[in-house]
Amino acid sequence: MKQLWLTAKLDIVESLRARWFQIYTLVFGGIVALLFLFGLTESRVLGFIGLSRLLVTYIQLTMAILPIFVLITTVRSVAGDREAGVFEYLLSLPVGLGAWFWGKIVGRYIVVFAPVFLAMLGSVIWAMIANIEVPWDMFGYYTALLAVMAMCFLGIGMLISAIARTTDMAQGAAFMVWLVLLLFLDLILLGVMIQGKVAPEFAVTLALANPLQVFRTAALALFDPQLIVLGPSAYVILDLFGTAGYKVFALAYPAALGVISATAGYVIFRRGDLP
Amino acid sequence: MIQFKQVAKTFRKARVLDGISLDIGLGERVALIGSNGAGKTTLIRCLLGEYTFDGSVAINGLDPRSNRTAVLGKIGFVPQLPPPLKMPVGQLIDFSASLCGTDPKRIHDIARRLGLDVDAILTRQFVRLSGGMKQKLLIAIALGREAQVLVMDEPAANLDPEARKIFFDLLAERLQDTTMIISSHRLDEVSSLVNRVIEMDMGKVVLDDKVADDVTLTDVLNCRIVLKRFEPAFAKALDGWKISAADADQLIWTGEIAGPDRLRFLGILSRYTALVADLSLTEN
Repeated sequence: MKQLWLTAKLDIVESLRARWFQIYTLVFGGIVALLFLFGLTESRVLGFIGLSRLLVTYIQLTMAILPIFVLITTVRSVAGDREAGVFEYLLSLPVGLGAWFWGKIVGRYIVVFAPVFLAMLGSVIWAMIANIEVPWDMFGYYTALLAVMAMCFLGIGMLISAIARTTDMAQGAAFMVWLVLLLFLDLILLGVMIQGKVAPEFAVTLALANPLQVFRTAALALFDPQLIVLGPSAYVILDLFGTAGYKVFALAYPAALGVISATAGYVIFRRGDLP
Repeated sequence: MIQFKQVAKTFRKARVLDGISLDIGLGERVALIGSNGAGKTTLIRCLLGEYTFDGSVAINGLDPRSNRTAVLGKIGFVPQLPPPLKMPVGQLIDFSASLCGTDPKRIHDIARRLGLDVDAILTRQFVRLSGGMKQKLLIAIALGREAQVLVMDEPAANLDPEARKIFFDLLAERLQDTTMIISSHRLDEVSSLVNRVIEMDMGKVVLDDKVADDVTLTDVLNCRIVLKRFEPAFAKALDGWKISAADADQLIWTGEIAGPDRLRFLGILSRYTALVADLSLTEN
């Protein structure tokens, strides 16, 4: 356990000094600042007022940015460290492979989640100071959603890093994964549905296997419990899970996907060449 | 102490190690030499449990891959190229010391002996240090613990003559209870440090030879050079060595050099053969 925390601490310190982290923090802090600056808390759209409007916009933007950011920065730094000889040296020290791999994940998770959460927390603190009503339920669920989103894509990123032998390959693979998830979000699924070659249930199941779609639907479900904007797909989803059940699924499935991916990455990492 | 049995490693279709079998005993100082691509680094990585391979490697009977903590706790490693770590020097020392179960002060002390003012660079990023400073720090981390095996890849390449002398002294302090494997692509760089030479080529051992242990690591040689005429380039070449002009015309130069450095020193002098009228190297 001591080795795990030492590795996690090491990864945190390395990340805090990396340029990607500074940009990452600036992006999420900047989003919240801009949302305040453009007076989103004053606006009223579809019944959303005050901070709930800001949080909905924030989670939508985060869903667009966080996955690709986490995937690319994770594979770049892990595969980059391996190529540059960091693994060769640090893994010559007496640290267990499990402690090393999971310690890296823990450290990176903290670094990836903290700026996203702190930006949202900052908005809540500001709202309290400015006497704007804080939707605590929404804040709590979005926090959990962000935590799970970070876990999911970090796990996938570590799996790609364990498989790919070079930074270029890892980066390319990470981008492809993100692109496939993005395309299956709407474009391909809509095409499949329109052509009518598969049952709607299959198309919806396929959509729900996509963590990006799961997050998107969960974020929608919070202000549209009947998922009216999703059209007929909503019937399949709500029949299958129910509103509360879907909220639980939206947290459990991506978390499981992240943990399974990370575990697969660990198995590959410990079986193969380390540097 | 260290046993390689039929170790073979293939990258895609390229066979980098081809059935290496070696026994290296306690106290042996092995020069692992060979041209680039001979398989030296791959063999070292197998020894450190970093690569998977066919055959077996054992250190004190333990497989370094499945007993990482126990085995690597006894190995000090100095890589040829320092890793580009962004962490501060202080944290690297604390991290290594904590994993190896040693006191960071030991590492500080050895770094100081090598001429590195650790206190002044504790908060500086490791990657921002000069090549020589990085090398000294990595050597200090490797030597600042109870290592039974020292694996060093061109360890003295970036050190100045003074630091090299201290480095040899540090190695000499551990001769009895430490096995050393020193990798280099040039024998003259390491010949004076070792008592066994293993040459590799195309993934095979092509020479395994015990060498006379005449030169001890702590030897010091008195040096006297008489020049036919003074040449500023000659003075510049001796910069860093403990040798200085003994007369006003700067024709007689005297001083001391570390015994293990004699070949390197003569290599430098060889460039000025035409200038040298007389040369003597005598053991203290």
